Formats: sequence, C-alpha cells, structure tokens
Amino acid sequence: MVYLTRKLEFSASHRYHNPALSAEENQRVFGKCNNPHGHGHNYTLEVTIAGEADPVTGMVLDLKELKEILEREITQRMDHRFLNYEVAELKDQIPTCENVARVIWNLLEPKIPQGRLHRVRLYESADLFADCYRSGVKGAA
Amino acid sequence: MAESLHVELGRRYHFAASHRLHSAQLSEAENFRIYGKCNNPYGHGHNYTVEIRLSGKIDPATGMIANLADLDAFVNERVIEPFDHRSLQDEVPAFQEAVPTTENLCIEIFLRLKTFPIAKLEAVRVEETSNNGFEYEGN
Repeated sequence: MVYLTRKLEFSASHRYHNPALSAEENQRVFGKCNNPHGHGHNYTLEVTIAGEADPVTGMVLDLKELKEILEREITQRMDHRFLNYEVAELKDQIPTCENVARVIWNLLEPKIPQGRLHRVRLYESADLFADCYRSGVKGAA
Repeated sequence: MAESLHVELGRRYHFAASHRLHSAQLSEAENFRIYGKCNNPYGHGHNYTVEIRLSGKIDPATGMIANLADLDAFVNERVIEPFDHRSLQDEVPAFQEAVPTTENLCIEIFLRLKTFPIAKLEAVRVEETSNNGFEYEGN
C-alpha cells in the first residue's frame, strides 16, 4: 500500500454562531470567533489517497486528475468564500475545523476514481487542524 | 454517513526548555560516548513543539470535539507552565529518574494529558527541533 498526499491552500471567512443559543451563550462558548462580521483564515488542506501503484503507470492516482478534482470540489466551492453563507454543505453547521474537514471528506470520497481516500487533514492555522478518516481504517501515513 | 467517520482535533503548542542527557546508570565515559555534546554538564536548550491529537464526537451544538479554551487551559496547566523556561531534569520530577530525551518527554506529556475529560488523547508528537520528531500513542 502506498499513501499519496496532495496539498492545497484556500482562504475563507467564517463565523461561529449557534442560533439556538442566546447572544451571551454564543459569546461565552465561541469567544471572538462569534464576531458577527466573521473573520478568516488561510487554510491548508492535505488529502491522502491510499492504493497500490499501477504496474503500467507506476501511479496510485494521476496527480493531475486529483488536482482537478480538488480544484473543482474544494477550491471553487470554498476559496475566497464566507463558509457559513456560501457553502451549502455547511449550512446549519458551525464551520469549525472538524466540521469543514468532515464536509470536505464527504465531497471528495465519492469522487476519487482510483485508490481510496485515506485521510483529510485541514489546517486552519499552523497550530490547529482536524483529521478525518473512515472509521476503522486509521493508521499509517 | 458522517457517523462512520473518525475525526481528530490536532493542536500544536510551543515551549522552550533546557536539558542534559545523562544516565546515572552509566559511567562518565559511557555517558559522554553515548550522548556526546548533549551530555555537557551545563545543559543546553531547545524550542520544543508539542502536537496533540484527540478524538471524540463532534458536539452538534458547537461543531467541536473539544472547546479550544478548555483544551488550551488544560495543556497550559499540565505541560506548558511546568515545562516552559525550565530545566527539565532539575525541575520536572519525572526527569530526576528518566533521562530527558524527547522519547521520554513524549511519554511524560502523554501521561500528563491522557486524563483530559472531554476527548480521547490519541497521540502526542514532540519536535525537539524541526528536524527531530517523536510520537507516542500510549502503547
């Protein structure tokens, strides 16, 4: 098994706010992430595909193809967007790193034509990230 | 579908500390042979990076595995405050016995953080420099 990782960056704004909570509760739970005008990050996404190297091409998955999938599914959807308002998949969810990583997983998994999606790692900053795996297949890379 | 996903939260912290690698079970000559300049009696220091990963259910009300304010307070109290700008073998009880290698530091930090009540500690990674990384998963 070989693990291939492709990285990409996008920039987006978001806001943490749960309409079921009072203004004070929102402020207490989310702190400055609750700022009504939102704030933004430079996100770094690492997508890891697991598979065997094809005996003819030597590839787990053609990187060009993966790059196009990431461009179409992630960059076009999320780059320079306000995640709460412009990404339908995040509607009614708090766009935390955990939830954005999960949404990215669900967008990408059905689109991977060869190998299987092994891990999505989303960095919101150098010191904060979320990892997403299919349950039971964590480990390696 | 989302229920069958395993999500981990990763957080990185930084502290600076000094240490000296010296084993009481070895002779002076052996200590010097094994640890080289890390055996310098006056010690030396590093800027350490600690990366922790935690798993758990994402709370639908907050979208979080753990609130960073709670996590940061826990890690600061258990690891950053007692280690930052300290001499590890002189000021951290565990390293009066164990040699303060980054392997042992990883294990000590794991033991200090594994009781975090909100999420399960999956791994501790310590980078002594950007070229040396160590990881411990509790087993």
